[in-house]
Amino acid sequence: MDRIPILRMGHFLLVTIQIDLYDRLATNLESDLVQMVNKTGARGVLIDISALSIVDSFMGRILGNIGSMSKIMDAETVVVGMQPAVAITLIELGLELKGVHTALNVERGMQLLKERIGSDDEDESEADEDSFE
Amino acid sequence: MKSDIIKGLQKKKNQILEDWITIQVADAGLREDLMSNDELREQSSELLDALLKAINDKNIINIESPDFEQVHEILAGLSISRARQGFSPRETGIFVYSLKEALLKNLDIDQTEDVKTTVETIFKINRLLDNLSVVTFETYIKGREEVILRQTDEITEISTPVIRVWEGILALPIIGTLDSARTQVVMENLLQEIVESGSTIAILDISGVPAVDSLVAQHLIKTVAATRLMGAECIISGIRPEIAQTVVHLGIDLSNIVTKATLANALKYAFALLKLDVRKIQNKVSQ
Repeated sequence: MDRIPILRMGHFLLVTIQIDLYDRLATNLESDLVQMVNKTGARGVLIDISALSIVDSFMGRILGNIGSMSKIMDAETVVVGMQPAVAITLIELGLELKGVHTALNVERGMQLLKERIGSDDEDESEADEDSFE
Repeated sequence: MKSDIIKGLQKKKNQILEDWITIQVADAGLREDLMSNDELREQSSELLDALLKAINDKNIINIESPDFEQVHEILAGLSISRARQGFSPRETGIFVYSLKEALLKNLDIDQTEDVKTTVETIFKINRLLDNLSVVTFETYIKGREEVILRQTDEITEISTPVIRVWEGILALPIIGTLDSARTQVVMENLLQEIVESGSTIAILDISGVPAVDSLVAQHLIKTVAATRLMGAECIISGIRPEIAQTVVHLGIDLSNIVTKATLANALKYAFALLKLDVRKIQNKVSQ
């Protein structure tokens, strides 16, 4: 059965969706991801959907669900690289993905996660901000 | 008897044409800047030819008859081209109404007896030409509407530029009324530009929007939400007092959207978000 790989990077989990999601794949991803968050104690989840060109209400809901589920397991979710068409569709469907953060690309998404987690997680990110000034 | 009249008219075609043109030229409303006298004569004679050819005592009361098809075509062509050239309705109207005058004038001289028939004929000619003017106006207005539609399209196309005001900051000044179709264009352009430029902040300036109703507000909220989904922040600036009043009276909640008074304020806010600082250069005091 097809599965979407979930990569672990430090405190974060990385998911890149490279193929069009069908419903089964999406529900699998949802359960896998929650398991993974639990197992690794990840603090952040980054989902890259830049290759996703078609989205329906089910997909939108799954994305929202992943966000809410991670949230109550104390992990932030960032969805990155959404295509304009996908964004318009989701808005027209009335899905605003509340509880999910968004960023333009993976780089920005990682930065956002670091800022979010870093605030109560000491080290690196603060060092970054210091060097910024 | 009737066909005599029509034959008489056909015979006096040149005279009618001359009279018609004299009446048209005499009118103060004639626009010589838009159309030369030669052109006017050409158009008039074309229409008169077609009309006198088509007319006979059977179809004179029935403008819908297929005999008049050519007349209709010429009239429609004329009034549409006049609408596009910018003739006023009055000027277009005079073109047809003055033909009636010319026809009746030449009719009078023909008649010496039988008042009843004469009156009848005059009525018929009147009705025929009134019908022709109705046709003229219908097509004139159609022509005008086409012009308006085309202009609307043009405005929609040129009036939604997305400007890169700074690295990472886009501005989108909206001028004119927002409707669904236009908001769609605005939204698509903005989102596309966000992807292309990798900007994180978009400023939507609505100081040029004359009125906001609930639908427009809904569109704005949608645009902001879509930008957020893409991972960018959207700021709305330039909300005028009247618009603020209507928005609150309509009960629209804009509280979770960042709004700033002017584009300058929005830009300042955007700089703050990007951790940029704009300062005056301090000249070093020489010691």
